Amino acid sequence: MQREGSPWRGVGTVFLKELSDHLTGARMFVLEWLVVLTAIAAVYGSIQQIKDATAEDPFLFLRLFTQAREPLPSFASLLSFLVPLVAIGLGFDLVNSEHSRRTLSRILSQPIYRDALLFGKFLGGLATITINLVALWLLVIGLGLLMLGLAPSGEEIARALLMLVVTIFYAGVWLALAMLLSTVFRSPATAALAALGLWLFLTILWPLLSPALADAVGARDIASAEDLLGVLSVRQGFARVSPSALFGEIVSVVLDPSVRSTQQPMLAALGLALIERGAIPGAPLPFLQSVLIVWGQIVGLVATTILLFVADYVVFQRQEVRA
Amino acid sequence: MSDVVIDAQGLSKRYDGAVAVDNVSFTVARGEIFGLLGPNGAGKTTTILMLLGLTEISAGAARVLGHDPVREPLAVKRRVGYLPDSVGFYDYMSARDNLRYTARLIGFSEAEREARIADALARVDLAEVAGNKVDTFSRGMRQRLGLAEILMKNVAIAILDEPTSGLDPQATLELLDMIRGLKRDGVSVLLSSHLLDRVQSVCDRVALFQEGHIALMGTVAELGRQVLGGGFAVEVEAQGEGLAERLAQVPGVHTVETPGSERFRLLADRDVRPDAAAAVVAAGGRLRRLSVEDPSLEAIYTRYFHDHGARNAA
Repeated sequence: MQREGSPWRGVGTVFLKELSDHLTGARMFVLEWLVVLTAIAAVYGSIQQIKDATAEDPFLFLRLFTQAREPLPSFASLLSFLVPLVAIGLGFDLVNSEHSRRTLSRILSQPIYRDALLFGKFLGGLATITINLVALWLLVIGLGLLMLGLAPSGEEIARALLMLVVTIFYAGVWLALAMLLSTVFRSPATAALAALGLWLFLTILWPLLSPALADAVGARDIASAEDLLGVLSVRQGFARVSPSALFGEIVSVVLDPSVRSTQQPMLAALGLALIERGAIPGAPLPFLQSVLIVWGQIVGLVATTILLFVADYVVFQRQEVRA
Repeated sequence: MSDVVIDAQGLSKRYDGAVAVDNVSFTVARGEIFGLLGPNGAGKTTTILMLLGLTEISAGAARVLGHDPVREPLAVKRRVGYLPDSVGFYDYMSARDNLRYTARLIGFSEAEREARIADALARVDLAEVAGNKVDTFSRGMRQRLGLAEILMKNVAIAILDEPTSGLDPQATLELLDMIRGLKRDGVSVLLSSHLLDRVQSVCDRVALFQEGHIALMGTVAELGRQVLGGGFAVEVEAQGEGLAERLAQVPGVHTVETPGSERFRLLADRDVRPDAAAAVVAAGGRLRRLSVEDPSLEAIYTRYFHDHGARNAA
């Protein structure tokens, strides 16, 4: 039998309240400035670097996002590191704070379904992050225009926009994860610790651990180029457990038209200059070709977000209102 | 349309093996104040959550205003107001903003919303602090704000879970008065409490919960007769010779206890005060005091659980 009424009833109300809570809260203020200041420093560094190099690069503008200058990482890798932190910061107490404030049963006794509360909270968090990322993106483009003094081409803008969208999905993964933990753990402190622990594990420890694990599983002698590629594939498969790895692959391909394979950086790291940057003759890849290379990774990020949200949904629906 | 607004039949709730509520049946009539009384953990809150569709029913059925809370929770929640045990609000928002949020969730139009909120806040005496953050509110004020939410919602049934717990005597009296006000508006009230003497004064009928099932149900007077036996207990304080024997002969009295010197406690099946007074005077005694005890829920409760060997009867 079907239940009466729409599960969407009240989503808008919850969404607007969550959005206004986030945007006016002190927590968002702190996270926002953390990201904006480090990002500006990174972009400023890359602009200096670009000015010094004055390479004849048709996609000079995109180097804003990927060019790093010691000691700061590039803007893109900074995002891959800080966006999870922001998402976790917003998400770790979304559900359990309703328990600890004792507002949950009062809100759920209004004529809405639980679905509305969960959807509204997730969308409110995601919208907050989106607003911030869009502002940051515009800031970076603006800085580039001012300081480099050259206008980006249409394709560069398309690639940069795709990066923005992918970053929002990437934030969605971490927001869904933080929200799942906030549903599972009743204490916000525990949820925050668990989320931060997972974040550190997946972004710092896993890239160090996964090659060793991959080699343990798929160990074989490397006799030919095929063997080498096989080993690299297994390593890549293991590394992709971390959403940061997926994000990194997407960004490296989307922001650099000369990259033709997601394995290119790994080969380069092994000292194989065979297909290093510019070694393959021919024009840079068209935009859609670049997208095709990483389409699987993009779908992977979206699917992970949905899976984590569904898990959260199931846990929340089965949870007792009373502690 | 029948006059029964809540009809629970054989409600049960099991949590992996443990039984929280066991085969509970009761009805609440329109405009009635019905009390669910019992110690903490007796299953009162779980029963309430089942009626609201906020937790699944393991067995049995409930109809609230003719709707099934499991299948039509929105229809039920639209007409039922719920004040949870130690209600919480968003502390960083003002009282009025908290109510605005709820009003939006209910789906009132903007004009209707503001009028209803102002009216409800005035009725619970919070109009002057409506713009203050809930952070600054005392427990009593929070409870009243919870009540304002119910008033704003314009409900047919108000379900109040432990509304008076943790309140000082003055705040309790005010709150009970507001609950009577709900009844005057024709709202049925289902109220749970472990504080018996406080709620005795407002409840039309009560159900005593014990370990998940209803041990006793009825009006306080009915329960008194059922549990305390004799029906009426008349206290007599008088000075004189052989009064105990004379009082025992009064028609209707079946037992005379002497709790102290010159004090007598008559258990009778009717109010025997006039006859007892006549008997004392006829015996040449000096009558100092004559009173009939109202059956108190506390006494009923203590006696019942004492008789039935319950462990947590307090």
